[in-house]
Amino acid sequence: MEILNLKGTEDTPTIILDQKNGIFEISGRSLPEDSAEFYKPVLEWIKAYGAAANASTDFTFKLEYFNTASSKLILDVLSALEDIKGMKILWYFHDDDEDMEEAGQEFSELVEIPFEFKTY
Amino acid sequence: MNYIYELHRTMMAQKVILVYEGDFTQETTKSILSMAERNLDSSGEDSGIKRKVFNVMVEALQNIVKHSSEQGMRAGSLLSKSAIFLISKDDKQYCVMTGNPIAKGSVARLTQNLNDLNNKDKEGLKEMYKDIIKNTQISEKGGAGLGFVDMARKSGEKLEFMFADLDAEHDFFCLKVNISREKE
Repeated sequence: MEILNLKGTEDTPTIILDQKNGIFEISGRSLPEDSAEFYKPVLEWIKAYGAAANASTDFTFKLEYFNTASSKLILDVLSALEDIKGMKILWYFHDDDEDMEEAGQEFSELVEIPFEFKTY
Repeated sequence: MNYIYELHRTMMAQKVILVYEGDFTQETTKSILSMAERNLDSSGEDSGIKRKVFNVMVEALQNIVKHSSEQGMRAGSLLSKSAIFLISKDDKQYCVMTGNPIAKGSVARLTQNLNDLNNKDKEGLKEMYKDIIKNTQISEKGGAGLGFVDMARKSGEKLEFMFADLDAEHDFFCLKVNISREKE
């Protein structure tokens, strides 16, 4: 599968989806004006990946900040990942960032995927 | 030209860090955020409080952007685009304030929404957030109706608001969100 590699900007996250090397990561800041448009290629990539996924997938979220419009799309990403076997979410948060920790907990309550919480 | 001195004195007295008045877009939002962020960084503010302030600023700014573009499309007037954003800081708290014109027809619903929010405790707000994120489709301009809920959650305080009479069709909607500088 083709690698999806989006370089982060001041209002969009870095995204690397690389099946061959087993790297699945969304990191940085997510506050695009049109979050639905921004996450569209990500959702399409995941859909295609689901058809021939690796035996296990560790999908990393390492977000510094996201706006509410992105939170809806992050839930859409998680919902797309939910259908893939062997999926695990690694949810990173800065060790003094309770809001990001709580956001991860809330997402974990909304989808049926195991979450592992990690600090950085 | 005395008004510039008056404006300066008002801003000093109110301890305003940054004020922007005019047309709001994603580009101006990014510029305002980066200026405000630089100020927070240089003042050595606690990182947790900094994040909360940033968070509230983003939602407040994007609310105006989203609203003014909807409004502008309908009315096509300059008036509908002119809004104000400011952030101030004293010993106890940061204060993010916005003002923008809204159609008089929206006032009742907005008042109801904000009062509903203000009547909820922390758990209630959390449930509301999860409920909206689960059940709402993202609207065309990318909003999810979550901005106010998020501002209330991050600030941990009631959202203050008022409406001023602007013209026959519009009120000026003023919003104030306080973020305490005291660590929990």
